[in-house]
Amino acid sequence: MQLEFSPEEIAFQKEVRTFIAENYPENLRSVQDEGHDLSKEDFLSWHRILAKKGWIAPAWPVEYGGTGWTATQRFIWSEELAAADCVGTMPFGLSMVGPVIYTFGTPEQKAQFLPGILSGDDWWCQGYSEPGAGSDLASLRTKAVRDGDHYVVNGQKTWTTMAQYADWGFFLVRTDSDAKAQEGISFLLINMKTPGVTVRPIITLGGEHEVNEVWLEDVRVPVANRIYEENKGWTCAKFLLAHERTGIAAVARSKRGVEKIKSIARTEQDGDRPLIANPFFKRKISELEIDLTALEFTELRSLAGEAAGKGPGPESSLLKIKGSEIQQRITELALEAVGHYGAPYFRGFGEGDNEHPIGPDYAHRAAPTYFNTRKTTIYGGSNEIQRNIIAKMVLGI
Amino acid sequence: MRNVDIKMLKQVQHDGPLDRIIIMDFSYTETQDMIRETLSRFLADTYDFDSRNKMIASGSGRDAGIWKALAQDLGMLGASFSEAHGGLGGGHLENALIMEELGKVIAIEPYLQTVVLGGGALKAVGGAIADAVIPEIIGGNVIIAFAYAEPQGRYNLANIRTTAKKDGAGYVLNGHKGVVYAAPWATHLLVTARTGGSGSEANGVSLFLIDANSAGIVRRDYPTVDGFQASEVYFENVAIPGDALLGDEGAGLPLIERIVDEATVAVCAEACGVTAKLHSGTLEYARQRNQFGQPISRFQVLQHRMVDMFMEVEQSKSMTTMATLKLDLPAAERMAAVSACKAKVSRAAKFVGQSAIQTHGGIGITQELAIGHFFKRATMIESQFGSADHHYERFERLTLAD
Repeated sequence: MQLEFSPEEIAFQKEVRTFIAENYPENLRSVQDEGHDLSKEDFLSWHRILAKKGWIAPAWPVEYGGTGWTATQRFIWSEELAAADCVGTMPFGLSMVGPVIYTFGTPEQKAQFLPGILSGDDWWCQGYSEPGAGSDLASLRTKAVRDGDHYVVNGQKTWTTMAQYADWGFFLVRTDSDAKAQEGISFLLINMKTPGVTVRPIITLGGEHEVNEVWLEDVRVPVANRIYEENKGWTCAKFLLAHERTGIAAVARSKRGVEKIKSIARTEQDGDRPLIANPFFKRKISELEIDLTALEFTELRSLAGEAAGKGPGPESSLLKIKGSEIQQRITELALEAVGHYGAPYFRGFGEGDNEHPIGPDYAHRAAPTYFNTRKTTIYGGSNEIQRNIIAKMVLGI
Repeated sequence: MRNVDIKMLKQVQHDGPLDRIIIMDFSYTETQDMIRETLSRFLADTYDFDSRNKMIASGSGRDAGIWKALAQDLGMLGASFSEAHGGLGGGHLENALIMEELGKVIAIEPYLQTVVLGGGALKAVGGAIADAVIPEIIGGNVIIAFAYAEPQGRYNLANIRTTAKKDGAGYVLNGHKGVVYAAPWATHLLVTARTGGSGSEANGVSLFLIDANSAGIVRRDYPTVDGFQASEVYFENVAIPGDALLGDEGAGLPLIERIVDEATVAVCAEACGVTAKLHSGTLEYARQRNQFGQPISRFQVLQHRMVDMFMEVEQSKSMTTMATLKLDLPAAERMAAVSACKAKVSRAAKFVGQSAIQTHGGIGITQELAIGHFFKRATMIESQFGSADHHYERFERLTLAD
């Protein structure tokens, strides 16, 4: 066992660090630092730079546009992205539907959809949850009825993240109402511009428009847009959930979050000392940091297992549970750290708005981020569902 | 992670653009695998619950034959020593995996004191004394007890009142050491004492390896709650030779901190074994215990608790791996890593132990079942070489300056 990078890996680290420093968009940096909402173009500007460089999908197989990096190189890459505080790329195409398409899709489907995911020309959203199907996803009722070489889709999806920007969506729909819950579901790719698709905003606690309702009324979808066999969509869904969970530990990003809290706590005054000198606050930081180290080494052990040929298994639920709890604790501590200035309601900057918002820059988003981040223990299979998965798949009870 | 042991890759990457070895390597060598398998088989044969109870109830509180067998039949006591000294050429990783296996049977062997602490100090100082004593450790002829704690000192390694006064070529020891595990069995004592300075001063602290039967050593022996034997040790004008000093006079604290860090990670490794058994024992019990007409393992509250136990055990393994791999880093980094590990593992040991007892119900608090004995050892590990609070504080001192 050893923990050091090889000279080649150190050179690689230098290469990617330099690339980020030289190519990360200047205006995006200032948008982030001042706490603006990120627009679709903000997200895409960095995506396109990475796509041009060929580094947009490091986890994909080389034949579909991956980088061919080792697990350690990918680890270095994500560490460097987080250390430089780069905006994340949207996961819906790159981490979710992309792997489903190159794993289960036909050659025609791969040729049609993968290039748009890589280039960023197609923005994807995920049509899974329904008003009546949350943790019990398999109880979904959106129906697709065969009509010649089309399906006619009717139903309602919800919590559809960034659907307001989406060109395409991947949907779980029921194609056989008589089958058992998980059997009878199919995996469809739907063009969001198709007549009958309506997207309505849901505004969340931080005031942000991130998620939506998607209504489907007699939407005609070519049968050619079905991935894998009819009624076997659950196989794709399970595959995707396992993939979704591996990145969800978000170790590198959380490390950056902890550093931000330390820096806030060194600036904020607590009586006649900096907040970081308060032993109670300090203990919360050290607990967080140590728990994050435990998560990091658990993920490294899991990655090593994956590189040894075991796919992401049910123990990735552990990474999801601990990773999401840590993300929440970071936002909780940040809000606690800013004291009074968690309260002013920050609406973002309007056009031509010159007045500086109330309070220090680092305080503007503390409360909205805290509110918003309650989602991490709910989405992607709630943490209670993850415990059920470990109980069943790992402990065998 | 699906197996109980971390069995990972040493992989040559052929599919990537660079044809080379992954350096972030979590694999064990064949020798390490062999050590684990051999020891695990031996302990399965010798250390079942009843045999352990008999050892503890016997006159000496142990079965000396097991230590001899570990040394002479299995060569286990040499695993972490160099080949030049007659060992297998290993180090911290070997100590960790042996401690983990010992933890799985809550063994009461003095491996921690003799090999990790005594052996660790001797490896660090080297020279004639190492050449003389290490082969005897490997042969099973030497048992060392670590006499460092004092009633007033709590976990501060420098808070020492025991004195070693220069007397001609040697020293004269006076003082009281508390809860010295394995002292009744020991042939040697590893003793911390002041040759100068006072209070908790770093300067003036020295480390000695002395004959446990030296004139003037008075012991009050007693059993510990976790099955070991320990002593209060009183030094009353004990004359010791000059060559009993390990390292430089008055400058022993960094060496003491280092071996205690190594021992701290070793008990964390032991805790991985202990808590893994607490978890698997609880699972097994929950599957066969029926209430309300079904096995209690079907109840979701209990399932989720057992999942939480699983996560604590896994994270303890991760932290122990992390800290084991960082033991040879510069002191400040080593200490921060060790404290992070012990803080996390101490809390895990408490959570997993308490949850195991609660899930067992009344039978869990009887002497009849092994589970309670694992709980007792886990509880003592919590504070051994510093409680969670102690280690959070040391971590903060090292990493969270104002």
